[in-house]
Amino acid sequence: MSSILPVAFDGIAYASWLFLISAGLTLIYGVMRILNVAHGSLYALGAYAACSLAGVWLGGGLPAAGSFAMLLLAAILVGCLVGPLIERGLLQWMYGKDEVVLVLITYAVFLIMEDVIKLVWGVDSLLLPEPYALPGYFLLGGLPYPVYNVLLIAMALATGLALAWALYRTRKGKLLLAVIHDREMSMAMGINVSRVYLATFAVGATLAALGGAFTAPTIAVTPGIGVEVIVLAFAVVVIGGLGSLGGAALGALLVGLVRAATVRYWPEAELFSIYAVMAMVLIARPKGLFAAQEARKI
Amino acid sequence: MKAAAVAIASLVALTALALLSPQWLVFMAMLMLAKGVVVLGLLVLMRTGLVSFGQGLYFGIGAYAAALLSHGLHVADAAVMLLAGAAAAALIAALLGLLLAGYRDIFFAMLSLAFSMILYGLLVKSAALGSTDGFNLHARTFFGVALAPGVERRVFLIAGAVFAVVVALLVHRLFRGHWGRLATGVRDNELRVSYLGASPYRAVYVNYLIAGAMAGLGGALAALAVGHVDPETTYWTTSGEFVFIAILGGTQSILAPFVAATIFEALRTVASQYAPNLWQMSLGLAMLAIIMFLPAGLWTLAERRRRSA
Repeated sequence: MSSILPVAFDGIAYASWLFLISAGLTLIYGVMRILNVAHGSLYALGAYAACSLAGVWLGGGLPAAGSFAMLLLAAILVGCLVGPLIERGLLQWMYGKDEVVLVLITYAVFLIMEDVIKLVWGVDSLLLPEPYALPGYFLLGGLPYPVYNVLLIAMALATGLALAWALYRTRKGKLLLAVIHDREMSMAMGINVSRVYLATFAVGATLAALGGAFTAPTIAVTPGIGVEVIVLAFAVVVIGGLGSLGGAALGALLVGLVRAATVRYWPEAELFSIYAVMAMVLIARPKGLFAAQEARKI
Repeated sequence: MKAAAVAIASLVALTALALLSPQWLVFMAMLMLAKGVVVLGLLVLMRTGLVSFGQGLYFGIGAYAAALLSHGLHVADAAVMLLAGAAAAALIAALLGLLLAGYRDIFFAMLSLAFSMILYGLLVKSAALGSTDGFNLHARTFFGVALAPGVERRVFLIAGAVFAVVVALLVHRLFRGHWGRLATGVRDNELRVSYLGASPYRAVYVNYLIAGAMAGLGGALAALAVGHVDPETTYWTTSGEFVFIAILGGTQSILAPFVAATIFEALRTVASQYAPNLWQMSLGLAMLAIIMFLPAGLWTLAERRRRSA
């Protein structure tokens, strides 16, 4: 019985990480109808930027606690610089194309950014262990458990609540929901849809980078870390229903707990289990758990 | 008649290539044929308006089926391996197709991706199949005839060429037949197809099955070319590569996938030789350029020239 608590904690920590990334993905899809493959490289970019910024901070002998602020700053910088660059520079010319073509376009962006990352940061692994070790450990079911994971859970929770508040309780959020509901009607009502798209993409990119920045201390940051993340985030978003924030949260929790349980009790089935859950959910509910039904047009 | 002439000309050209060219070119031609067959299958599916981001599933099944025959059952005949690869893939496609044929658009793409990733997850963790390293395969006979060491690949290339040409001719007939024509109807307006009394579900199912079997054949061919299989064959980037080649060539012609696969393999070889860290970037830029300026694929260039001439 004592092993259930750490497994649950692991699952929730993993779910928090997944939620940060998937929330951005589902937001961008909901508003712009783009299933953004480049989300994986924004994640990777966030991790690399975090390594660089925190590295400079710690290398300058500044207090180690400040490295957390650097992680946050890295994510915001990537989201607000690279995000708009992709949206204004490329995607804004592509709206109205078929959804599958848009997937391919973002796949092309993904491929380009993978090599840009290699050119800028090189192909060697980067390590940033300090922020992970700094908060220390506490005992959980008799085992030492990193406080960092608890911080991660708290941050994902705060981000999710902030997003929900911004979407459903503020004027800007309601404008966004209007665009999701009916793009043309919103334009007719005088909403600047182009600006809504730009803002959405920047926020989505920041969320991806946030996921990357706060993963950086727990892994070796190497080329190709975005490749696996993107299909995981796809799975989560599709489970929850494309474009649904609550769906992303539930999907992340489901995948996180299933993964943690299989890692503990049946480690060979780790990857298998996640996609098996996705396939089963899609078989039972073809458009995901929280997707709205759409009328078929003749 | 034109199709028959093109088929014979391709066979003669590939046989000449197999007999005369250096080993590395024979190897590349095999990979080109293998990918061409997979992408042609994808084209069959795309005529229904559906794109699969999981053809790597059947590519991998074909490759592993061929390799397992060699490794586990000690079958050493290349022709048996190719047929087994296609048959194994067709079997799985027949099962999964029952489910997938009910999905459309992005959901079809994502569910097919999920199935390929399930197989990837299984292969990576199965120690008996070499986990991430995969394992080797050896084929020493062709239709029972023993092959002298050193000429195997050349014989496989001729065999692959025969298989590919036969498959291409069958697809050519398919496009003109009942299922092929129904497929474009499903793409354009599914509801009207049902009103006319045909089943879109069955049209998608049949085309999916054909695409799966062809990907299996391509996988077995690729396994024979490389002499090795690994889980990477089922990873989503492999499936993405197939979609890329399909977009590169366009859906106008049956030859387009083979031409596009040749260009793709040539580009990859040059890029990995001279700029290994810029390979993905050039691929991405090429993809963007094609989507923006040649939405119907490279084949439009050939069409334009023909019209202006």
